[in-house]
Amino acid sequence: MSALELAAAIRSGERSAVDVLEEHLAVIDAREDEIHAFNLVMVEQARREAVDIDAHLAAGEELGPLAGVPVALKDNMCTRGVPTTCSSKILEGWKPPYDATVVQRLTAAGAVIIGKTNMDEFAMGGSTENSAFGPTRNPLDTSRVPGGSSGGSAAAVAAGFAPLSLGSDTGGSIRQPAALCGLVGVKPTYGRVSRYGLVAFASSLDQIGPFAATVADAALLLEVISGHDPLDSTSIAEPAPGLLSVLDQGVEGLRIGILDELSGHGVEGISPDVLARLDAAVEALTAAGATVERASVPATVYGLSAYYVIAPAEASSNLSRYDGVRFGPRTDGATTNEMMVATRTEGFGDEVKRRIMLGTYALSAGYYDAYYGKSQKVRTLILKDFAKAYEKFDLLISPTAPTTAFPLGAKTEDPMQMYLQDVCTIPSNLAGHPAMSVPFGVGDDGLPVGVQILAPAMGEATMFRAAAVLEKSGGAQ
Amino acid sequence: MSGDVLDGWEVVIGLEVHAELATQTKMFSSARNVFGGEPNTNIDPVSLGLPGSLPVLNEKAIELAIRVGLALNCKVQRSVFARKNYFYPDMPKAYQISQFDLPINEGGWLELPSGRKAMIERAHLEEDTGKSSHVGGGGRIHEATYSLVDYNRAGVPLIEIVGAPDLRSAEEARGYVAELRSILVAIGASDGKMEEGSMRVDCNVSVRPMGTEELGTRCEVKNINSLRSLGRAIEYESRRQVDLLTSGQRIEQQTRHWDEAEGRTHKLRSKEEAFDYRYFPEPDLVPVDPSPEWIAEIAASLPMLPRQRRVRLAEAAKGEVADAALIVERGLDDLAVEAMEAGADATRVLVHCVNNLSEGAGQLSTGSFAALVAMETGGELSATQAKTVLADLVASGGDPAAAAAAHGFEAMDTSELDGIVDGIIAAHPDDWAAYVEGDEGERKKKSGFFVGQIMKATRGQADGKLVNKILAQRAAG
Repeated sequence: MSALELAAAIRSGERSAVDVLEEHLAVIDAREDEIHAFNLVMVEQARREAVDIDAHLAAGEELGPLAGVPVALKDNMCTRGVPTTCSSKILEGWKPPYDATVVQRLTAAGAVIIGKTNMDEFAMGGSTENSAFGPTRNPLDTSRVPGGSSGGSAAAVAAGFAPLSLGSDTGGSIRQPAALCGLVGVKPTYGRVSRYGLVAFASSLDQIGPFAATVADAALLLEVISGHDPLDSTSIAEPAPGLLSVLDQGVEGLRIGILDELSGHGVEGISPDVLARLDAAVEALTAAGATVERASVPATVYGLSAYYVIAPAEASSNLSRYDGVRFGPRTDGATTNEMMVATRTEGFGDEVKRRIMLGTYALSAGYYDAYYGKSQKVRTLILKDFAKAYEKFDLLISPTAPTTAFPLGAKTEDPMQMYLQDVCTIPSNLAGHPAMSVPFGVGDDGLPVGVQILAPAMGEATMFRAAAVLEKSGGAQ
Repeated sequence: MSGDVLDGWEVVIGLEVHAELATQTKMFSSARNVFGGEPNTNIDPVSLGLPGSLPVLNEKAIELAIRVGLALNCKVQRSVFARKNYFYPDMPKAYQISQFDLPINEGGWLELPSGRKAMIERAHLEEDTGKSSHVGGGGRIHEATYSLVDYNRAGVPLIEIVGAPDLRSAEEARGYVAELRSILVAIGASDGKMEEGSMRVDCNVSVRPMGTEELGTRCEVKNINSLRSLGRAIEYESRRQVDLLTSGQRIEQQTRHWDEAEGRTHKLRSKEEAFDYRYFPEPDLVPVDPSPEWIAEIAASLPMLPRQRRVRLAEAAKGEVADAALIVERGLDDLAVEAMEAGADATRVLVHCVNNLSEGAGQLSTGSFAALVAMETGGELSATQAKTVLADLVASGGDPAAAAAAHGFEAMDTSELDGIVDGIIAAHPDDWAAYVEGDEGERKKKSGFFVGQIMKATRGQADGKLVNKILAQRAAG
């Protein structure tokens, strides 16, 4: 049952929120040991919320669009009084005194928060293997990774633990796991969804977005969490976009570009079976009346390099606050400095340390212009090249990830191979544009392949129309 | 030791003044901005830099910063916030949100009481830190057994006013700070209380041979908590540098700590040990671009500045006013100007403002002040009587004639005074001879003696001016 159907059934009284919750808790009970999607299943709190929803419904009250629908949250979104760890030892035991804006909006919409999901530590990684609490496994093949960094949120929906979940996407951390788990995953326009209460990785790139099994469910969840928030200065002063209402509008007359540089011509390592699914998607869109041609956004080939300067630079600053002074565990030292060093040495994992060092170096006196400065110029170029492409095209498409889900441990020894997982997704983060992954069939190994749809800023509605066409075309089967 | 006498050396001083802006709430959150209070009570997730918290700019802080910029004749411009990264326990995020290459105010000047202009390089916005108290080890962090941190001050808006190296003596530096303080208070930007730390001064000192242009190597002196310390620190530091240079040594660029008790500066760190702040644009905030209309509106709302008040006072007095700065500082210039415009004698008005109104004007109205001065110059009251009456008017208001009558002050009959003067002259023949035959200095001294004697004989009722006139007549024969 989709989230929309569940919500309708609960609203009509056909199902109770408590029944729906217990059904999901039972699935979690059966498979969570194997999958490890959650850092915390909020059983008691979720039960209280579900009882509450049922009581309100029984009293005849009008409830929000997600009334009684379980939603899982990536463990980097602050939940009042509930541990929020970013899958890091350095935040172990920390309970935020406040809810993230998205959590408030979910609660206001009647959603039942079912748990906090595993992730790569501080969202740094592409496989959810960089977690202080152990890896998450792909529910479709437990020898394989679910992707990352929002792998727990993807696995939770793929395993049927929750019909919906939220992830965060800094360089592809929603879209890549969505592709690897056969789900719809959306990175909205930067500023669409408030970052207040999202523990920062790279502030100028981070954006919260939905995972769902269907395009309509993703639209429903995105509508709920979008819209201006005065607590986030980078929040766009626009109401949430209407998405559900446009899903059946089709793509007749739309001009869609196949993003050349991300489709095998500019970057290596995109496997042929993934490209074959992209070709199938082109056929489906053409058949639905879109004009599809090849498109070039030349500067995107530098996206990965620029990203791995900008994101670590911002992260090195954002993660400085974990110093053992005010919250989280503290490792003692003879002096304040030694205490801070010991706390951070103990608390952070290897990948986080690697990026802090990279970022600190890139911002250092004498290196700033060569690294951070130059990367910002690349970012500007990417924006310009996208703008040029969008003069000709309404949307662009590319693969989401270069391959299907890979085995656990396959890339942990080679960070560069792991970084390449994000090569197709990073340009949208650098540009601040929306992009989403839609499942579109399987690769040679029988595992899902995602197609990425990219849109200009604020172009979510058009993007969702194309996603709905791909979903309906049956190519996903 | 006098800092002004450096045997052929010139001291060059540039000041960095931090002033807390008088906003209701903090720079980036709704926590209260008040001095003192129970430690850690005026805090919130943003003040503490909790994970997921985001800064939202306080518009009032921008307005006050623009007021400062306009009052200091700066160019007000589009500005960008930047992160200044360094680890310290009282710095919650381990970075301070400040402004770097694009400050809100740039290039202005401040007129010293001497009339000379001291250039201002910039006046930018930043947030204050918390306050550490180090327990044990003499209150320094390195030797302390433990430290306590109060974050009430963290996030309080600051304006940092960076002066050019334009000041040439301790006295001039004190004059600069005093003038700056008057301006900040006058425009309502800050309470300017150095003793509460709401205004703090860092001082860059260098020396060079008199008559040369090239700047010497500078040292920055921190921990200056009063105007007096500022003067002492400059005198000590410039003498230290001259002593080093004249003994053939070089100045090392250092940050030094002023020790008030010992009356000397200590080395904190050398240039090589200076922090690399890794400045980069703050991604959580958008640039501030005040509209010309808003700037004009703020400019129109600025009150008269101390400099303008001094000029107005001199115009009303029809000549230079030696103590103009003091009178303006005491807020007596409106009273003085209005009294003079009402016809009161300028000299007497100014004398009263400087000598007899040190606690302010109290209940004294312009009309009764002018009337009192008129009685004095008309010979109805002696200077001493006028002072007594003035004190009454300050304490409880009212009419000077009535107050004088209540004291039994009546103008002394001139013929009666003639007799008393003659009697005193006769009683002190040696002093009289010295008065008549002495040089100007001697005569002045003796006139003081005779006026004193006559005042004593008349219980203060004689008019000092008239007594001097009679003495001069008698001496002339």
